[in-house]
Amino acid sequence: MHPAFSVVFFTTATGTGYGLLALLGMLGGLGVIPADFWLGFVGMALALGLIAAGLLSSTGHLGRPERAWRAFSQWRSSWLSREGVASVTAFIPASIFGIGWVFLGKSGGWVAITGLLAAAGAVVTVCTTGMIYASLKPIAQWHSRYTLPAYLIFAAMTGSVLANALFQSFSASPSAMLALALLATLAGWGWKLATWRYNDRLEIPTTANTATGLTGGTVQSIEWPHTEENYLLKEMGFRIARKHSAKLRRITQALAFIAPAILLVVAFFLPWPLGAIASVLAAVAQFAGMLVERWLFFAEAKHTVTLYYGR
Amino acid sequence: MTCLPAQTDKKLGLVIDLDTCVGCQACVTACKEWNTGGHMAPLTDIEPYGGHVDGVWFNRVHTYEHTTELGGRTVNFPRSCLHCETPACVTVCPTGASYKRASDGIVLVDEDKCIGCKLCSWACPYGAREFDTDIGVMKKCTLCVDRIYNDNLAEDDRVPACVAACPTSARHFGDLGDPASAISRLVEERGGVALMPELGYKPTNRYLPPRARSERAANVDAPALEPIRAEGGFLGWIDRMLSN
Repeated sequence: MHPAFSVVFFTTATGTGYGLLALLGMLGGLGVIPADFWLGFVGMALALGLIAAGLLSSTGHLGRPERAWRAFSQWRSSWLSREGVASVTAFIPASIFGIGWVFLGKSGGWVAITGLLAAAGAVVTVCTTGMIYASLKPIAQWHSRYTLPAYLIFAAMTGSVLANALFQSFSASPSAMLALALLATLAGWGWKLATWRYNDRLEIPTTANTATGLTGGTVQSIEWPHTEENYLLKEMGFRIARKHSAKLRRITQALAFIAPAILLVVAFFLPWPLGAIASVLAAVAQFAGMLVERWLFFAEAKHTVTLYYGR
Repeated sequence: MTCLPAQTDKKLGLVIDLDTCVGCQACVTACKEWNTGGHMAPLTDIEPYGGHVDGVWFNRVHTYEHTTELGGRTVNFPRSCLHCETPACVTVCPTGASYKRASDGIVLVDEDKCIGCKLCSWACPYGAREFDTDIGVMKKCTLCVDRIYNDNLAEDDRVPACVAACPTSARHFGDLGDPASAISRLVEERGGVALMPELGYKPTNRYLPPRARSERAANVDAPALEPIRAEGGFLGWIDRMLSN
């Protein structure tokens, strides 16, 4: 599948944003971390900013972005529509929580309720994003039981690593947050390795035989209907990454999992502000690594239409 | 809504005979010609005379070599929308632009509602949908909905343009939901198959597999070509003179 940068950035940014929002909503609302104006302001601005930037970026993928409002209508059947509805709905409790926690300095009561609702909205939205991909049968690498948990795990991972960077920077860091970020990163790494292992061994029942209805033997494409690449090949027949997938997988692991894990361990032992710098670097490296991971998620996915072209 | 109708009154579709298709591309050009002025018009061409020709087509003819223990054969394979009974291209549509008609089962796109998110083309395993980069909306085969009900055409012409154009009658149109229809009986007789049935989209269109090889067919080795050598004598002189 062609990795459109707008969609790669969209899912990575909103995943991180919703992860952070869920953590702030839970921890802030319940008063686990004390209300602090600047920490809260920067935190909520980062979370909502990443979400808004991601959602805006996703409209860049559209052929007719001015009609994007129509996408809220078909929530009964379409995961993409549900994602649109959920993402906008989550902004309502998130905004009320933000006002209460950041500007009024409150926690508990209605701030806790809206914080928890914002966290629930974040989880639901990430689920809908994951289901868009997990529900697509023509792409076996996506239509698997690994896809939906991956979106949730990666949102929790990038969100907690970013939350840790934020708390460390305001020297308000409980070491529990650091431990959570480290554990989430290791969990993310494990899940990605398991996913790759599953995909590499995938035996796809759909073949050129079933695609053409010609039973038995081999079906080999000897002539295409067209001489130049058409929409189908540009969008669904993307091949560049498959050529470099081993190298790109190493880059993903180094940036998204290994470097952040090392930096987080180092941050345990460093005093402020060095620990904070290591934590921020971990978040930045992980975000870059997740962009590569998401790029690869698209580029390694093989659509059944490529069977018609012998690819 | 993009929810699917529980059932459709008719299941209009195509049956394509892979035994008689000669890969002449007449259906391809007839489709393009009709539909570039029809319901989904225009079928945009990008750089039609340039170096990177691209454009929207509803029907594409591939050619395959099918090799079994009995030998190999060339199979021409027209590929277009199969107007599935459970088309995921419709249910994934976030705007309601894609829909399946309850009356005849035809899957259509309302161009005025399409936001060009391309998700429907990802959801279609058959590559039936092509994006028009010029106006930013998705396009697809309409089963010539503007021909088959068109009172301005003679009754014989009220079939999809691809069917009307086929010189070997490899394409058939009709109601596949009616077991008594001519097209359903044809599928029955010839053992017509659905494409990628394992994915569960329940395509309406059927493909008739190539017939078994006949023992009656001539099976004579062609004589080897003779090497070209210069002819001598008078005829050779004439040959050389005329060749100059």
